[in-house]
Amino acid sequence: MATDLVPGVAPDTPKTQPRVPRVTRKSPARRLALLLRHRWLYLMLLPGVVYFLVFKYWPMYGLHIAFKDYIPFLGYSGSPWVGLKHFEELFTGGDFSRLMTNTLILALLTIVFVFPAPIVVALLLNELRVNIVKRSVQSLIYIPHFLSWTIVASLTYLLFSADFGVLAGYINDIFGGQRTDYVAQEEWFRPLIILQLLWKQTGWGTIIYLAALASVDTQLYEAARVDGAGRWRQLWHITLPAIRPAIVVMAILTSGNIMDTGFEQIWLMTSSLNRSVAEVFDTYVYYVGISQGAFSYGTAVGLFKGVVGVFLIVGSNWLAKRLGQRGLY
Amino acid sequence: MAVMKATTGRRKSSVRHYDSVSSRVFDVVNVLILLSLAAITLLPLLYVLAGSFASEGEIDSRPFFLWPENFVTNAYDYMFAGDTFIRALLTTIIVTLVGTVIQVALTLTMAYPLSKRHLPGRVFVINLVLFTLVFSGGMIPTYLVVRELGLLDSYWALILPLAINPFYLLIVKAFFQEMPEALEEAARIDGCNEIGVFWRIVLPLSKPVIATFSLFYAVAIWNDYMSPLLYINDEEKWTLQVLVRQITAPNADTANMLGTQSDAFFPEQGLKFAVIVLATVPILLVYPFLQKHFAKGVLIGSVKE
Repeated sequence: MATDLVPGVAPDTPKTQPRVPRVTRKSPARRLALLLRHRWLYLMLLPGVVYFLVFKYWPMYGLHIAFKDYIPFLGYSGSPWVGLKHFEELFTGGDFSRLMTNTLILALLTIVFVFPAPIVVALLLNELRVNIVKRSVQSLIYIPHFLSWTIVASLTYLLFSADFGVLAGYINDIFGGQRTDYVAQEEWFRPLIILQLLWKQTGWGTIIYLAALASVDTQLYEAARVDGAGRWRQLWHITLPAIRPAIVVMAILTSGNIMDTGFEQIWLMTSSLNRSVAEVFDTYVYYVGISQGAFSYGTAVGLFKGVVGVFLIVGSNWLAKRLGQRGLY
Repeated sequence: MAVMKATTGRRKSSVRHYDSVSSRVFDVVNVLILLSLAAITLLPLLYVLAGSFASEGEIDSRPFFLWPENFVTNAYDYMFAGDTFIRALLTTIIVTLVGTVIQVALTLTMAYPLSKRHLPGRVFVINLVLFTLVFSGGMIPTYLVVRELGLLDSYWALILPLAINPFYLLIVKAFFQEMPEALEEAARIDGCNEIGVFWRIVLPLSKPVIATFSLFYAVAIWNDYMSPLLYINDEEKWTLQVLVRQITAPNADTANMLGTQSDAFFPEQGLKFAVIVLATVPILLVYPFLQKHFAKGVLIGSVKE
């Protein structure tokens, strides 16, 4: 064994030959030697790799049933190939345009309302000069991030339902009219989703910007003040440039995730009354795939969503680099 | 905005702009804005807490309150009288504890070898992990894998498919990489193998990281609704989040769900408040510990290799 551990030189190599095995660096003997030398590290790596293979890569292999009529009884290999049948069904069926519209509208609303919110709040927090207020506000607005979507959905039902919803009552007072069950109204679905996102994620979202702000050299502000710059100018010329990289990264992440509408959130807010505006790709996959048992069709819808997602991530990253920013990778 | 612009206009008058009137007005407005944000965050939770101790009549008649007129514990009494809630609570606690231990153990043991730059094949495995961040098999293929493994209606289905969070794995890996190599080297000279080094040197130095990610994993399992929705059909195996959903959903048939004797007083609305409180309190209890660590964790994660 000791001889195996000499790197690069196979044990039986005659010394007159000028180190041939080193040129073919990965000779089987050397590979074995490396494997043995690091056996403990590889042993530690094994469970994790098995996890990724079983629960991440096996499902990726399973994606091929999107091109089959998967019948559980026949298994993966026994089920017949059907080509693009399920994709044709998706694109020509009546559901596709509705799913796309719903997904895109939610994405657009997210980009317009949810994305800038943490930036604004972080800037406001940054302008706070009373430290105790700053820290207490921070501690409080992070909390909802750790609450489950079931809790958030339940709170929404309590606050906006017709029976005793507090906010339902106030909205009625402002706009007039009788008590309405806002959670059951089609036109209130999207506003409620956006409100939930704002309530749950705004505080948490400030962390990355606050971290960027904390790293700004305070001498810059002093110099700017000496030069006569007011707070607005300092914000424009020092603060905003400092958080620009963070904004770009978050923008890439957001645009890469346009198709990920958050299954739990949408599912919990969907009812038979608002399905026409609520259903998005994720919940549709569950509905047709799990509830109705159309495994292959559901997989095809999921695959379509996944592929679009990859293009969005790669595309937004490319765009960020074209614009002269550091990308994600 | 107008306030800040006004400040700019006055910039010639003095260097210490923070003392100008408009600047002070902005400061006051700013504090008010942020305090109201904090209030918006907190008020729904406080209302639910108050509502859980209020009578049915009070919940129906008063639009909003932070303190119940009559302090009653009907909802909690009812909840704890049946076995459904207690079973869901115990199930969730056990799944969370076992799941967290498994997840943290797997994450740490995988992250450590990946932090060794000299390890052949390391880059391949890292790419294997990174790819799953961009693309995944999706809901149905994963469901089918869980089914083929015979894990449907098993508590393991709530743990194993989420056993390693790739983001956490990469953060822990980055943390291990920053550890001084000299300490490990000393142990190695003393005759420790890699597992010995990991166990005796690396883990004791990683306590804050272990604490942080234990909490993050625990919160994730505790809050998980999608896994039980997908993999658990048996009502006996409901987790707390499923119960929250079942009780608070519109048209919920709560009376028959909780397994409380039918002659007991049935606080239909109060139950909705109480179950939210009961599912939230554990999160709020660990929140101070979470808060101590998470900013750091998030920051390490944003650093590229």
